[in-house]
Amino acid sequence: MKYAYYPGCSLKGTAIDFHTSALVLAERLGIELKEMEDWVCCGASPIHQRNPILASGVANLLLSLSEGISPQIAVLCAACYHNMKKAEVEMREDGKKRNEVEELSGIRFNPEVRTRHFLEILDQDLGLKALQEKVVKPLSELRVACYYGCLLSRPPEIAFDDPEQPTIMERILEAAGAETVPWSHRMECCGASHAVPVTDAVLRLVNDILASAREAGAEIVACACPLCQANLDMRQDGILAKLGVEHNIPAVYFTQLLGLACGATGKDVMIKKGFVSAVSLLREKNLL
Amino acid sequence: MQEVKARCGVDLARCYQCGECTAGCPMTPEMDAGPTKTLRLIQLGMEEALFSLNTPWLCASCETCTARCPNDIDIALVMDVVRQMARLKGKKIPIRETRVFQDVFLKSVENNGRLYEPGMIAFYNLKSGNLLHDVILGPKMLVKGKLPLLPHTSKNREKLREIFRKAEEHEKKAGEGETDSGHGESGH
Repeated sequence: MKYAYYPGCSLKGTAIDFHTSALVLAERLGIELKEMEDWVCCGASPIHQRNPILASGVANLLLSLSEGISPQIAVLCAACYHNMKKAEVEMREDGKKRNEVEELSGIRFNPEVRTRHFLEILDQDLGLKALQEKVVKPLSELRVACYYGCLLSRPPEIAFDDPEQPTIMERILEAAGAETVPWSHRMECCGASHAVPVTDAVLRLVNDILASAREAGAEIVACACPLCQANLDMRQDGILAKLGVEHNIPAVYFTQLLGLACGATGKDVMIKKGFVSAVSLLREKNLL
Repeated sequence: MQEVKARCGVDLARCYQCGECTAGCPMTPEMDAGPTKTLRLIQLGMEEALFSLNTPWLCASCETCTARCPNDIDIALVMDVVRQMARLKGKKIPIRETRVFQDVFLKSVENNGRLYEPGMIAFYNLKSGNLLHDVILGPKMLVKGKLPLLPHTSKNREKLREIFRKAEEHEKKAGEGETDSGHGESGH
């Protein structure tokens, strides 16, 4: 299983723990992630907020960088996935749009190309049985709230699971022995990059999400997006200061939990990068 | 308001004001109108009222509205288009911070080919005049090794800039008239 890997900007910066833990996990699972050369930023949400066709043009450039590696592109960041998959689906289904984007970007679209999120690769290409076989330290008795956020499954045309009721992250973490909790806010928006210009709104949203996770009995939140993780983890101090609510619940990447389950060390998966430490909880469960 | 239709490629007369979009929108507590009323103003051609709303500038692009619209209107795209038109028409932006954020983010991408998060935040604080914004987080992130000290650049930076240039030309043309916009037109 070889994929052209597109990390995106956050995974080389604020989400270096997502990048590192995914690579460690992939290696243990026999999945080859070959990083595309000279990739550029996908532009996340600001790019289509500025000009929707600009987002498609840049996505077409990114899709073309998989050439020579594999038409299967592995992506971890939800915003990157969203922009690339949306452009890919639109160009495959709408000839007029395709011409427009090809002309704008000066790059021919390869209809064979497929943008895949790493969750989907684990579920569909590797398979849960094969994953289970690689688990050496089951995530037993760890109560996890799987947080999807928005951009993995919206619009529904790009979703790789039920767009309103996805279960893919739960199924994967359960295969690794975790106990997942049903909860109300798994698809609610964290406010994403509004954390910078409209911080108070993001504190409100994140407070609701974390309160819902705790109410459901979760001990830890699993994320699949660098912006979700940053907001859920780094904004807990701000929530305490502004709203007077103390959550103290760690938010980590699903790849970090799976990495540990597959025998990687805490250092391998960079478990200490979180602002709200997951260390004592994971030690308690004999996972560190 | 033909221009909104031309840029979105969707006839917004299809909105029957059911309110599903506003019900699911996470940003409504901060919004003055919400998506349903925003669409109504477009239907009624009330341009001035439309561009004075903070609603499009608070849209977080989560696309919950788009996913749930019973009449298949890409409402998040409508919000993008309203933001785009306000900028092209030189309208006063009701939530200046989100516009500044969009600008500094994309400038960082255009300059380096990749986003340089620390530089982008520093520019944001300078341009928004909010110099102390999130200063507590910065040092903590540095200690955690979450902020690279230097920007990464990409050899494809020039290609990226060319796409930015062409998209800018494209957006001007797309607003000139319905004939430029492609699909979804019926208003001749």
